Order: sequence, then C-alpha cells, then structure tokens
Amino acid sequence: MNDALLIDRLQFGFTIAYHYIFPQLTMGLSLVIVVLKGMYLWKRDERYNNATRFLARIFAINFFVGVITGIPMEFQFGTNWARFSKFAGGVIGQTLAMEGVFSFFLESSFLGLFLFGEEKLGKRGHFVSALLVFIGSWLSGYLIVATNAWMQHPVGYQIASDGSAQLTSFWDLLLNPWVGWQYVHTMSGSVVTAGFVVASIGAYYVLAQRDTDYGKLFVHVGVVTGIIASIIVLFPTGDQQGKNVALHQPVTLAAMEGLFKTKEGAELTLIGQPDIEGQKMDNPLHIPNMLSFLTYNRWKAEVKGLDAFPRDQWPDNIPLLYYSYHIMVGLGTIFIAITVVAGYLLWRRRLFSSRWMLWILMLSFPFPYIANTAGWMTAELGRQPWLAYGIMRTVQGTSPTVSAGNGLFTLLGFLGMYFVIGVLFLFLMIKKINHGPEKLLYET
Amino acid sequence: METLWFIIVAFMITMYVVLDGFDLGVGVLYLLLGTSDSDRQTMLKTIAPFWDGNEVWLLAAGGTLYFAFPMLYASSFSGFYLPLMIVLWLLMLRGAGIELRHQLHHPMWKSFWDVVFSLSSVLLVVFFGAALGNVIRGVPLHQDGYFFEPLWTTFTVVPEAGILDWFTVLIGLVALFTLTAHGAHYISMKTTGDIQIRARSYAAMSWWGVLLTSILALVATSSIRPEIWNNYAEHPWGYIFPLGGILGLAGMYIFPSRGKDTSSFLSSTLFIVSMLSATAFGLYPHLLPSSTDPQYSLTVYNAAAQHYGLSVGLLWWIVGMLLAGGYFTYLYRSFRGKVSSGAEGEMY
Repeated sequence: MNDALLIDRLQFGFTIAYHYIFPQLTMGLSLVIVVLKGMYLWKRDERYNNATRFLARIFAINFFVGVITGIPMEFQFGTNWARFSKFAGGVIGQTLAMEGVFSFFLESSFLGLFLFGEEKLGKRGHFVSALLVFIGSWLSGYLIVATNAWMQHPVGYQIASDGSAQLTSFWDLLLNPWVGWQYVHTMSGSVVTAGFVVASIGAYYVLAQRDTDYGKLFVHVGVVTGIIASIIVLFPTGDQQGKNVALHQPVTLAAMEGLFKTKEGAELTLIGQPDIEGQKMDNPLHIPNMLSFLTYNRWKAEVKGLDAFPRDQWPDNIPLLYYSYHIMVGLGTIFIAITVVAGYLLWRRRLFSSRWMLWILMLSFPFPYIANTAGWMTAELGRQPWLAYGIMRTVQGTSPTVSAGNGLFTLLGFLGMYFVIGVLFLFLMIKKINHGPEKLLYET
Repeated sequence: METLWFIIVAFMITMYVVLDGFDLGVGVLYLLLGTSDSDRQTMLKTIAPFWDGNEVWLLAAGGTLYFAFPMLYASSFSGFYLPLMIVLWLLMLRGAGIELRHQLHHPMWKSFWDVVFSLSSVLLVVFFGAALGNVIRGVPLHQDGYFFEPLWTTFTVVPEAGILDWFTVLIGLVALFTLTAHGAHYISMKTTGDIQIRARSYAAMSWWGVLLTSILALVATSSIRPEIWNNYAEHPWGYIFPLGGILGLAGMYIFPSRGKDTSSFLSSTLFIVSMLSATAFGLYPHLLPSSTDPQYSLTVYNAAAQHYGLSVGLLWWIVGMLLAGGYFTYLYRSFRGKVSSGAEGEMY
C-alpha cells in the first residue's frame, strides 16, 4: 500500500464515519418529529407540539453539522478518487446528482420553513413541512445507498471503448438487487439511533426530576420506536442482507464470520479473535451448524471459507472487518433486549419507577452510533480490495496528481476542523438539553 | 446533447452565484455595515431561511457536473485539490458563523463568529472568482487529462502557474466587488431605515470597483486568452451577453441612488448572469482549456458521459428543476418583504 492510497482511504473513511454521526440521527429523528407533530394535530395536546419544538432544535444542530460535513463527501470523489470518478462518474454521478436535485433542494427549503415558519404556516402547513423534510432526508438516504450498492454490486452498465463504465439501464441502477434490504436495514438503523437518543434525553429528565412530563413522553416514544426499529434491523433486513452478501460476495461473508475453512454444517462464531497467520480462530465460542442454517436455511449446507478463494480476492483487513461485523450484530442483539425489557416495563406501568432501567436508557445512547458505524465499516471493508466490486480495485481509483504530502495536509486539516466542530456540537447539544422543552412554551 | 448539458451546468453554477452570491455579499459587508449588534442580527435575518438552500445549488451543480462530464470532474477536482479543500473549510466556517452566533448571548462569542462569518465570506468570494479565472486562463493539463496546480508559484501568468496569479486574483476582485454590490442591493431590498440607506451608499461605492476591475479584467482576458473572442466573431448574436452586462452595470449605477432597491438587485443579477454567460459562450466548447498544449484541453466532447446516461438524466433533471423551482418560489414567497430589525425571540 503506497502512502497516497493509505491517506486517501483514511481521509474518506474518517470524514464519512464522522459525517454519518449526524444524518443517522436526523433521518430517524425526522420520522419521530413527523409522528409527534401528527399526534398534535390528532389529539390537539400542546405537549406534543412543544415536544416537536424541542426536538426540532436538536434536529437543527445535527442537520447543520450533517450538511457542512456532507459537502466534502461529494467533493472527495473528484479530489481524491479521480480515476474512479472518471471510470464510474457516468453511472454513480446519476444517483449523486439526483440526491442534490431531488432531496437537498426539498430538505433545505422546507427545513427553513419548518424552523422559521411555524406561525406563518399554521398547524397543517407546519406538519406538511416536517413531512417534506422527512421525505427529503429519506430520499437522500436511498440515493446514497443506491450509489454504494453499485459499488458493492455493479449493475446496469457496460464498459465503453475508453475503459469507463457507462450507464445502460437507469432502472437497474436504482433498483439494484443490493439496494432494497440494505436501504431498509440502514434506515431502521438510523431510527434505532433516534429512538435511543430520544429515550436517553427523556430518561435524563425523569431521573433528574425536571421537565418530567416531556421526559416521560420522550421515553415512551423512544422505547416504542426503538423496539420496532431494532427488530427490523435484525429481521428481516439484516438476515436478508446477509444472504445477499453470501450470494454476491461469498469471500466477504467468510471473512466477516471468521470462517477460514470451507465446511458443511459451518459453525457460527460468537466471540473469538481471527488469527490470519495461523488461518484459525483463537478462543472461539461457537454455535455448531448455525452459520449454514442462517445462510442457506439448511443445517448441513456447505459454506465457503476463505480457503476457497485466492488470496488476492480476500478483503485486505480481515480482523477489522470481522470485529466490525461482530460488534454490529452483538450490539444489535443488545438493543432488542434493552428495548423489549423497557417496553415490557412501560406496558406494566412500572418503567418510571424502575430507576435502574432509566439509567440504562440514559446511558446507552452512544451504542447505536457505534453499531451503525460498525455496520458501514462491515459493508465498506467487506467490499475491499475492490472499489467497484469485481471491476475496479481500490488501488486503481486514486487521483494520479495528488501527492501523499498534499493528502496528509488536508487529512490533518479535517482532523483539526472536525475536532473543533465536535466540541462545539457537544457544547450546543448539552446546552439545548439543559434548556429543556418546558421553557420553550413561553418563548414563542 | 453535450452542448445542452454544458448549458445546464453553466445554468446551475450561475444560479448558485446569483443566489448564494447575495449571502456571500452580505457576509462581505457584514462587519462594515453592521456596526451594532442589532444591525448584524437584522442582516443575518435577511439570509437565515435561505442560505442553506442557496448553497445546495453548488452541491447540485457539482453532482450534475460529475455525471454529465466525469472526466472534467475527475481532472479539475484533483487538479484544484488544495483550493477546493480550502473552499470546503471556508464553507464550513461560513455556515458555522451564521448558525452559531445566536446560540449564546455573550458579546465575545458573538464577535468571534461575526469575524469568522465575514472573513470566510470574503475569502470564499475571492477563491470562487480565482477559480473562474483559472478556467479562463487555462491549466497545465497533461496528455492523460490530469494536472495539479499549487496554490501559487510566481504570481505571473505562465503555463505552469499556480491557482493564484495576478490574473486570477484580478478576477477574484471582480467577484468581490460584484457580490458586494449584489449583497448591498439585497440588504437594501430586505431592510428599512438607517441600515437600508447605508447599504445603498456601499452599493454605490462598490459600483466603481466593479467598473474598474471589470474593464481591467476584460483587457487582461483579451490578452491572455484572445481565443475567447472567436465564438463572438463566428456567432455575433453572442454579443447579447456582454450587452446584458452593460445594461446590468448601468442599472446598478442608476437605481440605488433613486431608492429603487428591487430594480438595483435585478440589475446586479442581470450583470452576474450576463457576465457568466458571456464567459461560458466564449469558452465553449472548452470546459477546461489547457495552458500547455491546446489539444489536451477538455471539451464538452471528450469529457462527457455517453448518450444514454445524458438523455435519461435530462428527463429527471427537468422534473427535479420544476420541483426545485416550486420549492424556491414558495420559500421566498413565505419570507418575502422586509425583515423586522434587531432581535426578537430565540432563533434556532
């Protein structure tokens, strides 16, 4: 790996992982806001409306940081991955341009109206603007997942005489078999984050004995959305996406699962450390035959291990891929456990007297962020060593004229800039949460 | 088809310059014109609901450029690596300046973000102008269609020039004066009272800057890239663009002194649209001229995607633009008229 390639990858990986902290909350939160605003129209209870006012403030900060950290993503295709852009721009430029034209215009226009126009628009108008922000952001998610899906599983193109990929079917690109489950999986992951964040803020208010009416409402909404979304993340979407990986990227599946040797009745590894040099798992904890069953619905089905593929097809960082995948799945399972227990307590009307559960809810908000990030790392490390799976290797995609030194300069710049943005973001979030929803009633 | 997409991309960039141009212009004038806290809040209020949507034109134009002319995107974005990254950081700082100032009511906090907002706006305008200057001057393209420019070399116009040389800085200054006037017209259109009157006088002052730098830029362009007149000689109808520029410039002189703020704003809009169109008309079919060997230049033909993608794109682009036009009309209508001055309530 030459230096420029490493720096290009680090820079893209760092900026996209950082960027995705914010949209993963706003995509899910826009749904919560639409639901609460709808409840207000239905029940005419001012509490719902003021709750959306509060969440809109949380949303606005996250959306703003999402916007400013999102612009470098589009730019970097050209700046750091010029040969890839030349190769694939005719195809994935479609979905990226559509994101700008269809979702960003929608989101940004109606977010302005949603944030500044409550009085001018009236109740219904305000609800509609929230709904359009929601649609815009979920459409944006679709187009990005579709862009990524083409890199994971290229379809609807042909290689032209100059060696570039050219679009041959627009609908194949948009309806890539990779995109359906992956999209629902990603979006429900985003709703898990929003549910946990809302529940966490609510649990804090209840435990701190302030803004308790809103605290209880937030816990309620957060737990219910959390249950639904964390189940969907696992089943059917996670399960089906796993089958997609098995079908289209079998070597990735083997690496994710830490399966070195092809076998019938392959075991599922829950915990263990992959030893690439020794071609084995250290300290493994297995469930026999489970991997075969999950992948092919047959206990004795053959699952291909890494040994079935030539080394140059293997993902280039198998341990990190393996850990990312296992962190994602492990946390996903824990989310179901937490939300189901909290949901049971809520149903029995015992949640707000169960301080231990409120503490758990309050403290668990970082974990969905980790799980979502680990999920994307699984997808992206799993795609290696390819930039576009099977047709262009990552090493072939960099910019020929951007030197490692210039790359490092901007990587360091991003690190510094994003550190400052992160500090400001946390400061503002704490300030908004500390201000609380109750006071907002008297401010507008 | 390639020509059509050239026009579309030029259109989207022009929309960006006109719309985000007044946000940037407000930023340039912000410290000069906003001498009190309440003036500054008023100025920010004029752009608060719009600036983010306006900035989307840059992203949408970038995306459109990417899919219509992948080779140009690859070449120019990697070749302009450093200035683009600096522009990204400045865009972040500009946004932070607008959005963070009102989050804390402390004079030190506010003055810090005020300076960040204004300074990043000034630098953005100069960099955008310099970028246009680079496109006009040409860049040292290699045979494979790539190049890399340092930020500066000797500040002279040589084939191996940097991003900044006297010519591109000159175009940067044209942009600075033009958008200052544009922003001043916008402020005087959206405000009342003292600030409105002072905005008009800044508009009048910057007009002389626009006039002077434009003339210099015109002379310099003709000597550095005389080819830019070829298209005009072949198709004289193209003179409609410079003519529009002169009309716009005349309007920018006449209307502010008579207090016709909307007409002033439309005049500066006409000036921007005409000058950018005139440049695009002169460059066509070049997208990025080469300063080393003319045959390495990127043109609409050798940089475009294939026909199928471009025609499918046209269908959704038209639909998308109709929708976007609808949103923008609705957004600007909802917040039409003058903004109230000073503070009221907490903004988001």
